[in-house]
Amino acid sequence: MTTTTSTAAPEPVPQERITAEIAASHAATGPGSAQPRLDFAPYRSSLLRHPTKDPRHVDPEGIELVAPVFGHSDVNAVEADLTIQHGGEPIGERMLLTGRVLDGDGRPVRRQLVEIWQANAAGRYIHKRDQHPAPIDPNFTGVGRCLTDDDGNYRFTTIKPGPYPWRNHHNAWRPAHIHFSLFGTEFTQRLVTQMYFPGDPLFALDPIYQSVTDPAARDRMVAAYDHDLTTHEWATGYRWDIVLTGTHATLLERDDHE
Amino acid sequence: MSEALAPTPGQTVGPFFHYALPYEGGSTLVPPGSAGAIRLYGTVYDGDGTPVPDALIEIRQADPQGRTPRVEGSLHRDGRFTGWGRAATDPGGRYAFTTVEPTRTDGGAVFFAVTVFARGLLDRLFTRAYLPGESDTFLAGLPEADRSTLRAVRDEDGHLRFDIHLQGAHETVFLHYPRHAA
Repeated sequence: MTTTTSTAAPEPVPQERITAEIAASHAATGPGSAQPRLDFAPYRSSLLRHPTKDPRHVDPEGIELVAPVFGHSDVNAVEADLTIQHGGEPIGERMLLTGRVLDGDGRPVRRQLVEIWQANAAGRYIHKRDQHPAPIDPNFTGVGRCLTDDDGNYRFTTIKPGPYPWRNHHNAWRPAHIHFSLFGTEFTQRLVTQMYFPGDPLFALDPIYQSVTDPAARDRMVAAYDHDLTTHEWATGYRWDIVLTGTHATLLERDDHE
Repeated sequence: MSEALAPTPGQTVGPFFHYALPYEGGSTLVPPGSAGAIRLYGTVYDGDGTPVPDALIEIRQADPQGRTPRVEGSLHRDGRFTGWGRAATDPGGRYAFTTVEPTRTDGGAVFFAVTVFARGLLDRLFTRAYLPGESDTFLAGLPEADRSTLRAVRDEDGHLRFDIHLQGAHETVFLHYPRHAA
């Protein structure tokens, strides 16, 4: 590509360079971090958007100790089935997706809101800024909500999303994923994350997935195929449990046993 | 008590959350024009001082009597004050809530608890928007330059402005709670 004006976009960085940067960052992180590094240069959009100072430690108080409350007035039960929101069946691999939301002590997060959003089977979002020339599925929007039950379980019926290209670098493709938004029992437990599918060949190449530098922590973002969830001639099944950071209330109890 | 479970890592909210997370009425904790209604608003900036048009802000707050709401209905309020709100930034990087000013009855300083999400931001950030003139031991322990990033500013119309700087000379102080990864 020839640059003809001063405002032309710079030549996109090749995958090899991004991959090398990922490797260098992992090596520099030692045993690895269980949470994403905010200053992860291979993810180019993070360069100007990561805080440069460490967060300040503060004891949560007052309103920070109470999560917002959601209930059946907020969520219609049909919102958990992303395949029935239109007149026909969406294209793709129909799948049941379920799991538990737990706090750091293993207690279920009960009756809390779980929100998901995702691309369709062709890797296209219903979003005006997604101009990837893959087909829009008129029968699939890719947004779902549910409440966890008394045991912390969530459950969605959806379509397996496709991988899609993005412009972080040359030939950048995101691994297939579903975005998850979660609340705990405290405001401080808020989590937005992404769930991935086992065995995805794009894992090693993806700077967002690799921003978590601890391999065991990366594995915790990957769902498991569960044949017991799979239903005859209807849908495959995946299971993914989510652990939110623990509750402040148990901090002293924990310390007593360490 | 058993060993603590390992937490699931966070990930960026990405560029395509607009059709999923923001919802009608998400930023109006009370109806505009109702008694005591104010705006809590601001701009989210990146390290170049450029507004961030794809950020999402959530707030949690007490009511004017200092009560912490524990009522459902944050997605369909139907007149209830739930003390929680969600607003996406507009193309100019601005967000705005219509709400009421909280108070506290337990002696602590009055603040809005704030969570920040954005494309390019790999995990959510927590901060506080203290009401003007409020102080506590945490705030008092910060250098003035840092302290000022946690204070909402009263504008000439009586509304509260709270700008968020992800990076740069005015970088907002972000918070880390016990047992919560940065």
